[in-house]
Amino acid sequence: MAKNHENEKFPVSHIAGFIVSLLLTFATVGAVKYTDLPVVTIMWIIGALAVIQAILQLFMFMHLTEGEGKVQLINIIYAFFCAIVVAAGTIWVMTSGHVHY
Amino acid sequence: MAKVDTSLPLEYQTEQNRLNILGFWIFLGAEIVLFASLFATYGSLKDNFAGGPTPTDLFVLKDVMIETLLLLTSSFTCGVAIWYMRRHNLKGLITWLIITLLLGAGFVFFEVNEFIHYVHEGATMQTSAFLSSFFVLLGTHGLHVSVGIGWAISIIIQLARRGLTPTTARKTFIISLYWHFLDVVWIFIFTFVYLARMV
Repeated sequence: MAKNHENEKFPVSHIAGFIVSLLLTFATVGAVKYTDLPVVTIMWIIGALAVIQAILQLFMFMHLTEGEGKVQLINIIYAFFCAIVVAAGTIWVMTSGHVHY
Repeated sequence: MAKVDTSLPLEYQTEQNRLNILGFWIFLGAEIVLFASLFATYGSLKDNFAGGPTPTDLFVLKDVMIETLLLLTSSFTCGVAIWYMRRHNLKGLITWLIITLLLGAGFVFFEVNEFIHYVHEGATMQTSAFLSSFFVLLGTHGLHVSVGIGWAISIIIQLARRGLTPTTARKTFIISLYWHFLDVVWIFIFTFVYLARMV
C-alpha cells in the first residue's frame, strides 16, 4: 500500500529515476554511435537498456506496486508477455525466411 | 458516504478510487499490446523500401534526441507534480503539470516538424511499407500524446475550480500514469525504430 512520505523535502526518488533514465538514454546512443561491436550484440545491449529504463519508470515514476499493487503488477507482467509474443513472434515469422514456403 | 482511509494518499482513500486506478492499469496493459502489434508490423516491414528513402536517408540523431529528452523530462516533471499533490500543494501540482504540458507540446511540435521534413523529402505514408508502418506506429504514439495534452488541460481546469479532493486527486493520478506510459512507449520507439537503424 502507498504511504504518505510527507517528511521528504525533495522528490529524491524522482530525481534519481530521471538521472538514471538520462544515463540509460545516452548509453544507448553511445552503444550505437561509438562502439564497433557486432550488430547483434548492439541490438541486445540497447534492447536490455530499453527494458531497464521501462521498468525503472514503472516503479519509480508510476508507483506500480501501490494501491492494488499485486494485481497491477501481474497485469503488467502479462501485458509484457503478450507484447513480446506478438512482436517477437510476428517478426520471426515474417522475416526468418519461412514465409516463402 | 464511502469508507475513507486518511492514512493513504488522497487518490487511494476510497475503494472506488482504488478500483478506478486498478482499472486504468488494466487499460494500460491493453495499450502495451496495441503498441506491440504496431512494433510487430514495423519490425516485419522495416526493410521494404520500394526504392524510396531509407532510415539512413531520413533519420537525424539530433532531432530524435531533442524529442526524446523533451518527453523524458516531461515524464519526470509529471512525477514531480504528483509528488506535490501528495503534499497537498495545489499550486506546486498545477505549476509542474503546466511545465509537463509545455514539454509535451514541444515534443509534438518537433515530431510534426520531423514528419513535414520527411514528406518534403518524398517520404510519405504511401511511399513504402517501411514508411507506412513507421507513420502508423509514430502517428499512434503522437496522437496519444496530443490527446493526453487535451485531457490534462481539462484536469487542470477541474483542479483550479474544485481544488484537491479524493476525486480530483484520483483523476490527476490517472492522467499521470497515462503520461508516464507514453514515455515508456517512446523508449522503445527511440531504441528500435530510430537507434537500431543507425547502427
